[in-house]
Amino acid sequence: MSAPKTLYDKIVDEHRILSFDESGGAGERLLLYIDRTVLNEYTSPQAFSGLRAAGRTPWRPSASLGVVDHVNSTNPDREAGQLDDGARRQIEYLGENGRDFGIEIFDLFDPRQGIEHVVMPELGLVLPGMVIAAGDSHSTTYGAFGVVGFGIGTSDIEHLLATQTLVYRRLKTMRITVDGTLAPGVTAKDLIMEVIRRIGADGAAGHAVEFAGDAIAALGVEARMTICNMAVECGARVALMAPDDKVAAYIEGCPRAPSAELFARARIEWDALRSDPGARFDKEISLSAGDIPPMVSWGTSPDQSLAITGRVPDPDDLPPERRADAVRAMAYMGLAPNMALQEIAIDRAFIGSCTNARLSDLRDAAEILRGRKVAPGVRAMISPGSSHVRSLAEAEGIDRVFTDAGFEWRRSGCSLCLAMNDDSLAPGERCASSTNRNFEGRQGIGGRTHLMSPAMVAAAAVTGRLADVRTLAAAEPAR
Amino acid sequence: MKGFVRETGRVAAMPGANIDTDVIMPKAFLKGIDRSGLAVGLFHDLRFDETGAVRSDFILNRPDMADTRFLLVGPNFGCGSSREHAVWGMLQYGIRGIIGSSYGAIFADNAANNGLLLLSLPVAEVAALAAQLEDGAGDMTIDLEAQRIETGAQATGFDIDPATRRALMLGLDRIGETLTHADRIRTFEEAYLARKPWLMDAGSDERIS
Repeated sequence: MSAPKTLYDKIVDEHRILSFDESGGAGERLLLYIDRTVLNEYTSPQAFSGLRAAGRTPWRPSASLGVVDHVNSTNPDREAGQLDDGARRQIEYLGENGRDFGIEIFDLFDPRQGIEHVVMPELGLVLPGMVIAAGDSHSTTYGAFGVVGFGIGTSDIEHLLATQTLVYRRLKTMRITVDGTLAPGVTAKDLIMEVIRRIGADGAAGHAVEFAGDAIAALGVEARMTICNMAVECGARVALMAPDDKVAAYIEGCPRAPSAELFARARIEWDALRSDPGARFDKEISLSAGDIPPMVSWGTSPDQSLAITGRVPDPDDLPPERRADAVRAMAYMGLAPNMALQEIAIDRAFIGSCTNARLSDLRDAAEILRGRKVAPGVRAMISPGSSHVRSLAEAEGIDRVFTDAGFEWRRSGCSLCLAMNDDSLAPGERCASSTNRNFEGRQGIGGRTHLMSPAMVAAAAVTGRLADVRTLAAAEPAR
Repeated sequence: MKGFVRETGRVAAMPGANIDTDVIMPKAFLKGIDRSGLAVGLFHDLRFDETGAVRSDFILNRPDMADTRFLLVGPNFGCGSSREHAVWGMLQYGIRGIIGSSYGAIFADNAANNGLLLLSLPVAEVAALAAQLEDGAGDMTIDLEAQRIETGAQATGFDIDPATRRALMLGLDRIGETLTHADRIRTFEEAYLARKPWLMDAGSDERIS
């Protein structure tokens, strides 16, 4: 009998065309077959230009999909011409590349348009056992389906388009086991923020991380996507979860998913997609779900996060190697040591991004907003993760919960997550955000971002400051 | 791609953990469809204030740092977004090599694909190199062939992955290299898709329904 294998190694082995060194272990250099990619308008242009310059064509055009998501406006009236010249050129060039090379493109006005990591799963294009590489770091999202998903740069996009492969180095493996039950008001976002806080922004560097344990199994597929999406913020190159019945049910019936007999055949294989008992991981970490509180970030790296009930740290209490970064982050964020997090007033609230703008996220936030109003002086925006999510939400009336509360009901796009469009923070503006990165200048030069779950953003929006969602969930809103 | 064998030049220390690609290449410079014009974007918001004035306290703006060729950086440098513009900007600015303890994984791949040398040394060795710099700056030679960093009278050896080293030294076209295996790829693909027909072209929504 062969040695027990991890899920990650099983998938890599299935996609190994040839090995350059035949080492078989972590670090093995191999040629990896890639099942699918999704292209966006801002990391793909130079890849297509490279193909054109070399006279090359895509190896398998039907394995690619192009989506406009990063630079577009989320203005409800998209015809109004809010695109700057650069954005317009990038969108036009994506369309031109699709036409010239036979790649399907969802442009701004396509009913299937949305953020790439929301669109791919909702179409059924993400299937267990696949390898999906794409020009966006949050391609780890697909791990929720038992998929080796990872972000690549533009040169590698060109390589992938031309050869359907990547020259790949096998990662080390890490298992993060989460047992127990999440407390009321605590979500997948809090779970992954706690993992990042605990292991650090590079704590999983060089590793494929498998999330396991009954707390993960208890989560819905969209919540699992949130965890895999944000695993890149602790340096994970790949995040993985073994697919189960919930994953199969999520995929079945999606527009592009295999149907009937093919689906049944596929399912037999998917059931074997799990780490073998006794499989060895290079690193093991475990945590107890019940200990995790609602989290917010206070600094400028996703690992600078704390329980909402906590206080901004005193740099003198931090380990020496973290002190200088904490001082710098505090200065940027305009915070003083020992300030209670719940005393921090906000100017903006944003729900959106590939991390937290799926239907279940919108429902979570709407639960808190129902019968409440956004605090005076706070500008609140919600940008659904895709045009499809937007229409589903409208069909169940959630849009009105948001608009009644005083949120702007926007169109879909990456939007204020990285503010490559016209949604951007002004210098000094402070934002409660359901996104994934609180980097300096990320949401606008001088803008200050606090990461949290969608429900926590809703709580912050109505109280006008960082707030503990549990106190609002318990209270009856004024109607 | 320009090969890297042995280079000499100024080194600037930029300590601090988790310097991300948003900081290295802010989004204002990502609206192009080619690779040009990115030197001005490199560390833009650290080099210039909101009015466009030069921030004199930023190390690369010092008069003695005009020809900086290497950076000495903190852990997890280049984490965050996949934007390869960060690497293109480095090279266009004149940066040829970076010395640190760890890097964002996509950034590291992007660097290797473009001929930007990234050296990974233990934290203590990075600190020792920084300690040799006066006021955060100095001169340095990186000899990739001999796998040696030379600063003044001292030399430090380093390990580097042999495949990356070879590609950097020769300035290889990786796509061309891979396509020499085209037959292997095709044979693999046919067998793979025959074995898992549900992974074939998913087609359009119209054709499926």
